[in-house]
Amino acid sequence: MRSKTETKKAHEPLFHVVKRDELSGIKSILVRAIAILAAIVVSSLVVVIAEKVNPVGYFKSMFRGAFSTPTLFWSFLHEAALLLCVAIALTPAFKMRFWNIGGEGQVLVGGLASIACMFYLGGKVPNVLLWVLIIVSGLLAGAVWAVLPALCKAKWNTNETLFTLMMNYIAIQLVCFCLDTWVKSGSGVLEPMHGYGLPSVGNKWLLNILIILALTVFMFIYLRFSKHGYEISVVGESENTARYIGINVKKVIIRTVLISGMLCGLAGVLICGGINHTISTTAAKGRGFTAILVSWLAKFNPLYMMLTSILIVFFQVGAIQVKSDFNISDVADITTAIILFFIVGCEFFIRYKIVFKKHGHKEAVNND
Amino acid sequence: MENSVAIELKNITKTFGKIVANRNVSLDVRRGEILSILGENGSGKTTLMNMIAGIYYPDSGEIYIDGKEVVIRSPKDAFGYGIGMIHQHFKLVDVFTAAENIILGLNEKRKYKLSDVARRVSEIASRYGFELDPMKKIYEMSVSEKQTVEIIKVLYRGADILILDEPTAVLTPQETSKLFAVLRRMREDGKSIVIITHKLHEVLSLSDRVSVLRKGEYICTVDTCDATVSSLTEAMVGKKITLNIDRCDPVDPTDRLIIKDLECINREGTKILDDVSFTARSGEILGIAGIAGSGQRELLEAIAGLQHVESGQISYIDPSTGAEENLRDKTPIQIRQLGVRLSFVPEDRLGMGLVGNMDIVDNMMLRSYRKGNSAFLRRKEPRDLANEIIKSLEVVTPGPNTPVRRLSGGNVQKVLVGREIASTPTVLMAAYPVRGLDINSSYLIYNLLNEQKKNGVAVIFVGEDLDVLIELSDRILVIGSGRVTGLVDARNTTKEEIGLLMTKTPEIEQSENEGGEGE
Repeated sequence: MRSKTETKKAHEPLFHVVKRDELSGIKSILVRAIAILAAIVVSSLVVVIAEKVNPVGYFKSMFRGAFSTPTLFWSFLHEAALLLCVAIALTPAFKMRFWNIGGEGQVLVGGLASIACMFYLGGKVPNVLLWVLIIVSGLLAGAVWAVLPALCKAKWNTNETLFTLMMNYIAIQLVCFCLDTWVKSGSGVLEPMHGYGLPSVGNKWLLNILIILALTVFMFIYLRFSKHGYEISVVGESENTARYIGINVKKVIIRTVLISGMLCGLAGVLICGGINHTISTTAAKGRGFTAILVSWLAKFNPLYMMLTSILIVFFQVGAIQVKSDFNISDVADITTAIILFFIVGCEFFIRYKIVFKKHGHKEAVNND
Repeated sequence: MENSVAIELKNITKTFGKIVANRNVSLDVRRGEILSILGENGSGKTTLMNMIAGIYYPDSGEIYIDGKEVVIRSPKDAFGYGIGMIHQHFKLVDVFTAAENIILGLNEKRKYKLSDVARRVSEIASRYGFELDPMKKIYEMSVSEKQTVEIIKVLYRGADILILDEPTAVLTPQETSKLFAVLRRMREDGKSIVIITHKLHEVLSLSDRVSVLRKGEYICTVDTCDATVSSLTEAMVGKKITLNIDRCDPVDPTDRLIIKDLECINREGTKILDDVSFTARSGEILGIAGIAGSGQRELLEAIAGLQHVESGQISYIDPSTGAEENLRDKTPIQIRQLGVRLSFVPEDRLGMGLVGNMDIVDNMMLRSYRKGNSAFLRRKEPRDLANEIIKSLEVVTPGPNTPVRRLSGGNVQKVLVGREIASTPTVLMAAYPVRGLDINSSYLIYNLLNEQKKNGVAVIFVGEDLDVLIELSDRILVIGSGRVTGLVDARNTTKEEIGLLMTKTPEIEQSENEGGEGE
């Protein structure tokens, strides 16, 4: 029966992937630095080949996007803070392995609720009361949007990923419907209601940034040092363990997702009620999805998220600047994508190394 | 021996991160012999064999088959060289028949005809003395039948070098001796058999030669006829050790936990526990024996408040007041609130008893983090407890802040048992507490259980090694298919008696036939 002993002599594979032990802090930073460098080299090549633009000027322009004027700088920080806010909101759910990808919708309904308060009650109640209503209604709306999928998961074990995703589309349609009802001209553009927005401190961005920084510190402490945070970790790591020690898993899921949705709603309040004073279907600007990346890259640590959100927003505003400076469109997005790809991809080299053929050297190679 | 060398390994090394699973291992397998690979858990036996079977690829070293250097990159390559491995966890499709599983993934040139396959399967079965119905579906099979399918699957593919990973771990003593007879017949047929094991008596009764691994390194190969239990243990552990369990008589045993007519249904809706009644007494170790999956886990989980109970009673007698408390339909927290100190070392250590990604300190808190009204955690007491356990149980760890998943199996278990004992339980339940542990750690755990017994704790010990169960327990409750098939005095019983009780079928039980001829 054994006929194939004389199979053609197989060759050793060129390389194979070997799991590493945990990499030290400095080394893992080094790997990431190399990845960013490699990303800059590759995107420079793309820029040169596709648009014949000098890459040095290109990256200079990118920096200008964030740092050239005080206004740009403040707006850059504010954008990063808003992204950070959504990431902070999603983090407790993610830590619990509840894949809330409905941040976008939760932000949007939070914003919608605050704008609704302004639209119907602006000028009719004292401003202080209006501010309270704007905030409370925004938080509640976000919480409701998030807790519906959580309830269904707890009750019927539905898939939260699909459910939260679908809720995004409902939120968008809801905004469309409201705009249709509110804007009599039919243009679908609601004029900003500047008189009724939340108050500001210093410039129009500072208060939002401060609130979000405080929130970040709060979330760090909540996750690390509170009993709730501990329960979130246990449920996320192993539901069986949670049951074993008597944690009410459903209660923890619903409570945590409520917090997650509420904070997403807060982001919506800060965007619409605090800055824009109006709403459109794109008010959340994809932050609900980008925030997933921010949270994940920071390994769910709120303090690291300050860095990752700044990094990602830097590339976003840089791309906008580049587009206007060089009058190019797609390449700017391509370079952003390349850089993100390298940043995410280098995680592989932090966890694994590649070993080449027997007689070759045995070190990890870090270029993609 | 006159037989030629079939496989030769030279300087094989395999690492996983910092962990060296095999370091410079060289050994050979001859044609027509049964070779045992002996070593404690974690000594690298399975990793080494997985490299021959094409599951892993060695970091360095060479493999020769019939004297020629070969490269085995996948199980397919391995089959090309006539090597087949029977893994510890079976890889079968439940809803397929034996014959369908056997030809699954096999790219035969001839026409696909199931009756043809079935005929050839029967041929192979009868040649070596297996009993197997090729048309039987896997989900209707016992563990031993599934194993037969795995072995025939490998033979069908023309393997003449068979590697069996801990083949007897799931078998009763009777099934084991049947399997050994089959393996001997294969050897007569000229096949090479490698069995991975850590059970010494199997090595001595079955194999021609035995190769010993310790901590990933090759120690020696000896002819079995020259080996003794103590010489092999010494080679395996690295030092002379005396293994005995000091069993004292129970002092003044009183009823602590009374289970009556317990019935449970598992997630698939089948009855997993049926009419189970027994009593656990203080100062006594009650052993529970049975084939894996006979309802042991559900029984312990039902007592701990983790498994829904359909009918029956679970009562606890308070040792200080003598009052009877009902534990049925209570959650683990409610049981605690009643003042019942019930400790439970579950079978799934990292999936249930502990959280792998948390450090030792945070794992210590699992039971106690709720204490106090503050919204914040107090890590001081858990840190003290962690340090105390690390010291008293000699847990090998870089420190109390190391995630438990990075500890070895034995140390993980010490952390878990240490935590459960720290709450001074009145009932201690332990499911397979020494599974995967090396000999020294195992005996440490046995001693801990014995200590608890001396302290008057009612200990319930679910075990798989019958020798240990008989040595350690005071009474042994035998479970078969979710029913109690016997309760024996551990001091006056034999492995064979328990083996028979384990396989006694419910039908015989129902007809009250006490002949004990259960198949």
